Amino acid sequence: MSAPARAEADAPLARAAAGAFRLAGRGRVDHASRVHVTFDGRSVTGLSGDTLASALLAHGIHLMGRSFKYHRPRGLVSAGSEEPNALVMTRRGPGRAEPNTRASMQEIYEGLAAESQNRWPSLGFDAGAVNDHLSPLIAAGFYYKTFMWPRAFWRRIYEPAIRTAAGLGRAPTELDADHYGARYHHCDLLVVGGGPAGLAAALTAARAGASVMIADEHAEMGGALLSTPAAEIDGVPAWDFLAATLAELKRLGAVVLPRTTAIGYFHQNMVGLAERVTDHLATPPEGAPRERLWRVRARRVVLAQGAIERPLVFPGNDRPGVMLAGAAATMLHRFGVLVGRRVAVLAAHDSAWHTAFDLADAGAEVSLIDVRPTVGAALESAAVTRSIAVRLAHTITATHGRLRLCAVDVAPLSGGAGERLPADCLLMSGGWTPSLHLFSHTRGSLVWDAGRETFLPGTTPEACTVAGAAAGAWGLGPALTEGTAAGAAAADAIGLSATASEHFVDHDTPGTGVPTPKLPKGRGKAFVDYQNDVTDKDIRLAVREGMRSIEHVKRYTTNGMATDQGKLSNINALSIAADALATPAPAVGLTTFRPPFTPTTFGALAGHHAGATFEVTRKTPIDPWAETAGAVFEPVSLWRRARYFPQGGETMDEAVARECRATREAVGLFDASTLGKIEVVGPDSAQFLHLMYTNPFMKLAVGRCRYGVLLGEDGFIRDDGVIARIDDTRYHVTTTTGGAPRVLAMMEDYLQTEWPHLKVWLTSTTEAWATIALNGPKAAEVLAPLVEGIDLAAFPHMSAATCRVAGIAARLMRMSFTGERGYEVNVDPRRAAELWDTLLAAGAPHGITPYGTETMHVLRAEKGFIIVGQDTDGTVTPDDAGLGWAIGKQKTDFVGRRSLSRPDMVTPWRRQLVGLLTEDPDLLLEEGAQIVADPSQPVPMRMIGHVTSSYRSATLGRTIALALVEGGRGRQGDTLHASLAEGTAPVRVCSPLFYDPDGTRMTQ
Amino acid sequence: MLLIHCPYCDKTLPEAEFTYAGEAHIARPADPSAVGDEAWRDFLFVRTNARGPHYERWRHSHGCGRFFNAVRDTVSDRILLTYKAGEPRPDLASLAGEKA
Ligand SMILES: [Zn+2]
Repeated sequence: MSAPARAEADAPLARAAAGAFRLAGRGRVDHASRVHVTFDGRSVTGLSGDTLASALLAHGIHLMGRSFKYHRPRGLVSAGSEEPNALVMTRRGPGRAEPNTRASMQEIYEGLAAESQNRWPSLGFDAGAVNDHLSPLIAAGFYYKTFMWPRAFWRRIYEPAIRTAAGLGRAPTELDADHYGARYHHCDLLVVGGGPAGLAAALTAARAGASVMIADEHAEMGGALLSTPAAEIDGVPAWDFLAATLAELKRLGAVVLPRTTAIGYFHQNMVGLAERVTDHLATPPEGAPRERLWRVRARRVVLAQGAIERPLVFPGNDRPGVMLAGAAATMLHRFGVLVGRRVAVLAAHDSAWHTAFDLADAGAEVSLIDVRPTVGAALESAAVTRSIAVRLAHTITATHGRLRLCAVDVAPLSGGAGERLPADCLLMSGGWTPSLHLFSHTRGSLVWDAGRETFLPGTTPEACTVAGAAAGAWGLGPALTEGTAAGAAAADAIGLSATASEHFVDHDTPGTGVPTPKLPKGRGKAFVDYQNDVTDKDIRLAVREGMRSIEHVKRYTTNGMATDQGKLSNINALSIAADALATPAPAVGLTTFRPPFTPTTFGALAGHHAGATFEVTRKTPIDPWAETAGAVFEPVSLWRRARYFPQGGETMDEAVARECRATREAVGLFDASTLGKIEVVGPDSAQFLHLMYTNPFMKLAVGRCRYGVLLGEDGFIRDDGVIARIDDTRYHVTTTTGGAPRVLAMMEDYLQTEWPHLKVWLTSTTEAWATIALNGPKAAEVLAPLVEGIDLAAFPHMSAATCRVAGIAARLMRMSFTGERGYEVNVDPRRAAELWDTLLAAGAPHGITPYGTETMHVLRAEKGFIIVGQDTDGTVTPDDAGLGWAIGKQKTDFVGRRSLSRPDMVTPWRRQLVGLLTEDPDLLLEEGAQIVADPSQPVPMRMIGHVTSSYRSATLGRTIALALVEGGRGRQGDTLHASLAEGTAPVRVCSPLFYDPDGTRMTQ
Repeated sequence: MLLIHCPYCDKTLPEAEFTYAGEAHIARPADPSAVGDEAWRDFLFVRTNARGPHYERWRHSHGCGRFFNAVRDTVSDRILLTYKAGEPRPDLASLAGEKA
């Protein structure tokens, strides 16, 4: 029995099982294992091993989507990740929906639910298809030309309308319920692509002892081998060779990763792989990640990504049923699916002839149309043997059928009378484009091969080789030979010795083709980019309108800018643009391929950095207490800090007012543990700090503290903090909460590279000390009974001592960031909670009140104390901030000193820190509000400053603000105007010291 | 991601362990107060912006913490050489010879 006859005989069984177009016993699917899925709610039975595309085609369903712009009915074009048309939404429960899934890549599993996209109300009848008739109005550059005016219309009318009508799938709105893994991997050789070239490379290197990883984006390794079961390699059928190769790789310890896409090639052989772990499983194992991102660092890389078949550009080339010849071969050999019963083939390459023969052998009625005037004699005689009608030097001038192809018009290329052929499927092959996306990521150069009209790999700075069809080698034999050589070269390069074994291939189907033929125009649209609906005419229009480079043509027409990155369309667009410009293709240029190779989920890229593990949350030892006390928290750099402690339904303003009053009138308790701390130790410490900070440090006595201002070498404030001298050679330096790592790095820089002669050692001690601050007129009364080792009565402002507090070893400092008498107790963090409780208990009779960062901000603003990064922005000098007093006048050098006398730094019109009082005492200015002298001046107004801090002050019974204003200190008493959400408000300039300007409350 | 050789650890490690720290061999004047406005401006702001080999500083911030120098080709974005802080600026001609 001949092959077609056998297929016919088995057909009834196959039809019952998994579709009328399924060939019993054919393909690599499991004919005994049925899988039920739904497509647009319709239930479809497939076989285990099917993709969604093959399952649908087995039932004769070609219509899988609607196009982006014209809403034209579209069917499957390819069988790989380059698929532009068959994009579906897949769902598996809440938070598990993915738009733009390629039906050609999605393996089916029991219960898979898929929906077509970009159609309303249904795939068969889509109201948006009216766009197709409006197409003369929406040619290339339409958006640029049409929606320019009026401007306001863009946001309110044009854009929402376009977004609704166009677009690919709809992004899910629920949180992603899946989690994603991440792994690092190191190997001698990474092979990208599991076809014959890749497998040969991997096997050769693994046999030589190299550690090998091989990845392929498909469910099965094998690439072209999966579609060439008739070939024999080394005397065994191709599929047996494949199985033996995979088994040997496994034995040799190679890591074999199917369903894994190499998404990007980064510096020094770092390749990113996205592995789909559970998307093909009906019931994913508990806890398994949906995808896993591999960061692979390989000593050598072999890129064997094969080639992508090129569509032909002819009128009506997008009708469902028109597809690439190679896709039909894959459907037949891998999935046992016949793409049609009456198949027309339009070829510009020999490979399509072999597909035609295979389809004829499987029972299809085939007609062959080739644009070439002659083909090899062996091909012609093979066609004659099968009674296939052959038309050379012909092309297709039109296709027919509404939702599915029913006929094609064939005519000689020379013109003349055509004829209509009934056909339910039209296969096209414009030749093959080497897949060089990853090679481009390496900044590899591409060399134009005029004969084949394609780019081939040139040189690359990476330790990488391209092998097989990706390097232009066509046929199994050449691919195996190139792959073997690449694997051997990789092994040699890392000092192993490899044997390049030869492979002998029988029934290989090597072949050649012609450069992209210029096919005659017809009445229908001839698509170049299916996904973005770009036609031949659009590209020619772009050239007529002045686009000269392919980069301009691309942006004007959006060719190649869809999610497939022009995998099918780039070379055709280039050829058409070059033709229109009458220049050779390389002169028009090539657009750059950038990662990722295919669309990649954000989940895979984020990995574990999502939800609670998005970033580290640093917590102080007082944090559990604060949480129990009902604190409202705020993030401060990576820390979580208590912002305020509302009592019994208080608002923030009420809570802050209470906390402020308690601290001003009695005593407040504050967790200052997040302050950065650096221990500066060594005989030259004093000199070092003297050079780093603006203030004089040589004469700071042991047991004393000093406020220090740190500048950059440019003279602008970088940080501030209090520095305590613990002993002759040891200082306790504090920094801002967010500035600690920066300050330590800056100190290390100067110490290591400018002053390496200084004997100083720096240690970060931020987390070695918990810091609890007591502030208020009653602070000493609370603390005194608990302190051992010093007399608090003889412990003036800006003192420091090592002592015990509540029996705990402590560094005690007297300083204030509130303007009240203040103490900071630094203790071992493991005992901080205990100290906190003790202080709370001891302070209870005095009305001790815990306060948070908001109260701290208000209290310090009442005193005009700046917060670096809030009241400064990297352009503020000490003098601007009113800190001229902190500069050691006798000092001849410190970091930034020289810059303070640069001409721009001494003009009287620098922005200086001032206080602002609104006329209306209840009006709270917005931080960041702009300040102008005259609000009636024409727009744009001259802005002379901005508000940096703004609060409601319970102490003063009104709002206050700090601002940076041009020549501000000379404007005391002036009325200026601050911007509001609507309009402006008059403000009076005053001193930034709103409260206790002499500082007697904190020093007495 | 680049691989960078820390000359102190004597190990080649991923870029994520390191922090870029600007152009190398720009010494802070011993007595800044003796430097004129324009020379100080140049010290602060004017950089080579090389096309090709560039002397630059890196810090092994998530390792030994040391600052060191590197020569990186800004065209190929490859680090050609790293060396310890304080060591003389290597001769690029000899470096090119070694590589050839
Ligand atoms: Zn190191």
